[in-house]
Amino acid sequence: MGAMKEFVKSLFLTELFKGLSLTGRYFFARKITVQYPEEKTPQGFRFRGLHALRRYPNGEERCISCKLCEAVCPALAITIEGEQREDGSRRTTRYDIDLTKCIFCGFCEEACPVDAIVETHIFEYHGETRGDLHYTKQMLLANGDRYESVIAKNRALDAPYR
Amino acid sequence: MEFKTLVFYVLAAMLLLSALRVITAKNPVHAVLFLVLAFFSAGSLWLLLQAEFLALVLLMVYVGAVMVLFLFVVMMLDIDVARLRHRFWSYLPLGAVIGLLIAVQMALVLGGNYFSADALPGHSMPADYSNTKELARLLISEYYYPFELASVVLLVGIIAAVMLTLRARKDTKYQQPHEQVAVRREDRIRMVSMAAEKEQPSGTETPAEKQGGQ
Amino acid sequence: MMEAQLLQFLQSQLGTQWSLIEPVWPLLWSLMKIVAILAPVVAAVAYLPYFERKVIAYMHVRIGPNRVGPAGLLQPIADALKLVFKEIIVPTQASKVLYVLGPIMALAPALIAWAVIPFDAGLVLADIDAGVLYLLAVSSLGVYGIIISGWASNSKYAFMGAMRATAQMVSYEVSMGMALIVVLMISNTLNLSEIVAGQGRGMFAEMGIGILSWNWLPLLPMFFVFLVSGVAETNRSPFDVVEGESEIVAGHMVEYSGMAFALFFLAEYANMILVSAAVSILFLGGWLSPVGFLPDGIWWLIAKISVLLFLFLWLRATFPRYRYDQIMRLGWKVFLPLCFVWIIVVAIWMLTPFNIWQ
Repeated sequence: MGAMKEFVKSLFLTELFKGLSLTGRYFFARKITVQYPEEKTPQGFRFRGLHALRRYPNGEERCISCKLCEAVCPALAITIEGEQREDGSRRTTRYDIDLTKCIFCGFCEEACPVDAIVETHIFEYHGETRGDLHYTKQMLLANGDRYESVIAKNRALDAPYR
Repeated sequence: MEFKTLVFYVLAAMLLLSALRVITAKNPVHAVLFLVLAFFSAGSLWLLLQAEFLALVLLMVYVGAVMVLFLFVVMMLDIDVARLRHRFWSYLPLGAVIGLLIAVQMALVLGGNYFSADALPGHSMPADYSNTKELARLLISEYYYPFELASVVLLVGIIAAVMLTLRARKDTKYQQPHEQVAVRREDRIRMVSMAAEKEQPSGTETPAEKQGGQ
Repeated sequence: MMEAQLLQFLQSQLGTQWSLIEPVWPLLWSLMKIVAILAPVVAAVAYLPYFERKVIAYMHVRIGPNRVGPAGLLQPIADALKLVFKEIIVPTQASKVLYVLGPIMALAPALIAWAVIPFDAGLVLADIDAGVLYLLAVSSLGVYGIIISGWASNSKYAFMGAMRATAQMVSYEVSMGMALIVVLMISNTLNLSEIVAGQGRGMFAEMGIGILSWNWLPLLPMFFVFLVSGVAETNRSPFDVVEGESEIVAGHMVEYSGMAFALFFLAEYANMILVSAAVSILFLGGWLSPVGFLPDGIWWLIAKISVLLFLFLWLRATFPRYRYDQIMRLGWKVFLPLCFVWIIVVAIWMLTPFNIWQ
C-alpha cells in the first residue's frame, strides 16, 4: 500500500506541485524589503558602528592610555602611544584605529575601564582612499564630541545590563 | 541572370569551398565545423529545389544531431595531426584514383539518359504542391515495406550499439534514484526502546570505559 | 493585402522614383516583415530579464529592481548600456574567429525560428508546409553556439559547459521530437497554422469551450514532456547544469564579457520565448480563444506565451538544480519511453470509433 502511494505520488509529481504552490503563495505575500536609503531598520542601543573617543563633561579626554583596548583588539587595528602630561596624568599622544582592519567586535569598548573608546550607531561612512579609513585621535575625539548626546543616551540604556 | 541562379551559384560555391576545407583544415574541430557548413549549404540547395522536407530533415538529423555528436567526440580526442599526415603523399595516388573514379561515375550517371536534366520532370508544380505530402504519400503507399524494413534495420542497429556498450562490470556500484526517492524513515531507522542509562557513581569504572581508557 | 495597399501608396507618393525601388521591392518588403516580427521579440527579450528578476524577487518576498526609472522599468536599458561599454576580452589562446562566432551562432537560430511562428490566422512570415520540422531543425542549431564558444574559449570550465550542453540538448531534442510526432499524428499536417486551426475543431469547440478541445488535454503527458523538454532545451533552471554557476562558474560564458556575453543572455531569453510560443501553438491552441464568446486573435497567443514564460520563472524560483546524471535519466529513461507508449496509445485511439480527430 505504501509503495503504491509512493508510486502515485511520484507519478503525479505531488511534491513538485507542493513546492510550486509554496512559491506561488509567497508571490502574493507582503514584501518585507527595506528600501534602504529612504527606510532604515531600527538600531539597538548596543549597535556597534564607527568608533569615537569620549570626553568628560569638563572637556578632559577620558582615555588614560592603559592600552587594554590595544591588547584585546583581535584584529590588531588599534595603535596607541602614550606619555605623562605636565599635570602628572597619563594621556595618549597617538590613538589610531585602522577601520579597514577593525571587525567591530566591541571588545575595545568592553575592555575600556573609563568608557573612553565607544562604538557609535553610525555605520554610513566611507573613505575614498585607503588612508581615509585610518582614524586618528583627533578624528575619533571629533566623533565623540559630535555624537556625545546619543552615546550617553545609549550607554544609559545599556547600563542596567552591564 | 535570375536571382535564383545567383543564389544557387553562391550556395554551390560555399558548399564546394567548405567541403574542400573539410579535408584541408589543419584543426579537426575546424574540419567538423566546415562539414556542418557543407551540410548547411547542401540543405539550402535542396530548399532551392523545393525539397524543403529533405532539406529540413538533413538539417535536423545531420547538423542538429549527428554533427553535434561528431564535434563532441572530436573535441575530446587528442589528435596528433603530424602522425595523421605522416604518409599523406604515399596514399595520394590511390586516393586520387578513387576520387577520379567517383567523379567519372557521377558524370556517367547524371549525363546518362535516365537521370539527366531532360529526363527528369520539369518544375511545373501546381501552387499548392507540397513536397512533404508527396513524400509521405510515396513512403506509406508505394515504398511502405522498404520503409518499414529500413526502420527495422535501424532499430537493430540501435540495439546492437546499446548491447556493445552495455558491459556491466561487477564491481561498479550504481545509484538507484527510484529507490533513493522511495526510501522511507522506517527503512533506515530502527527504534529501540531501552531503559535509560544511569551514570555510574564515580570510582567504579564500567567495563567499557576500562577498555577505552587503556 | 497590406502589401498591395502599401505598394499603391508608395507608387502614388513616389511617382517616377518608384522605378528605382521596384527591383528591390520584394527584398525590402521581406525585410520590413522581418523587422516587424523581430522588433517586438527583441523588446520582449530585453524586458524578460527584468520580468524574471521581479517575479523571482516576489517569490523571495523581495521587491526586485525598482531604482532605475519608475518601478525599475529602465533597468534593462541600463544593463544593456553597461554591457555595451564593457570591453570584450578575447583570451590569448582562444580560437579568435570561432570565439566571436559563438555568441552569434547562439542568438541567430533563436531569432530565425520566428519565421514560421503563426501569430494569427494567415499572419505568418513563411507559411511553409514543414513548419514543425523547420522549428525543430532550427532549434537544434542553437547548440552550436554553445559548443563553439565553449571550445573556442580554451578554458576548462567553458569546455565542460559545452560538453554538458551537447549531451543535454541532443537528449532532450529526442523526446521533444517524439512528443511532436504525437501532435503530428493527430493534426495530420506539418504546417503550424493548420495545427492551430485543427485545435479549433471538435466537440468541445462547438460547445463553446475551446480550451478543452486543444491538444493539451488529450495529449496531457506529451504536453508535459514537451514543456519540460523545452525547459531543458533552453538550459533553464532546474536544468541549467550547462551554466552551473556553483560548479563550472558559468560554463561556456565564462570567458565572455561585454556585448558578447549579452548575446548569450539574449539567446537564452529569446529561446525561452520561442519555446513558449511553440508550446502555445502546438498544445494550447495558438491564437484561439479559450471560450466561444470571446473573439480569437493574436492577443490570446501573447497571453499564452506570457503565462508559459511566467511558468519558466516560477520553476526557476522553486526548484534546485538537477544533478547531471538525473537529467540524462529523465530524458532517456522516463520521457522517451513515455513518448513511445503515448504514440502507441494515440495510434490505437485513432483507430477506434472514439477517435476525436476526424
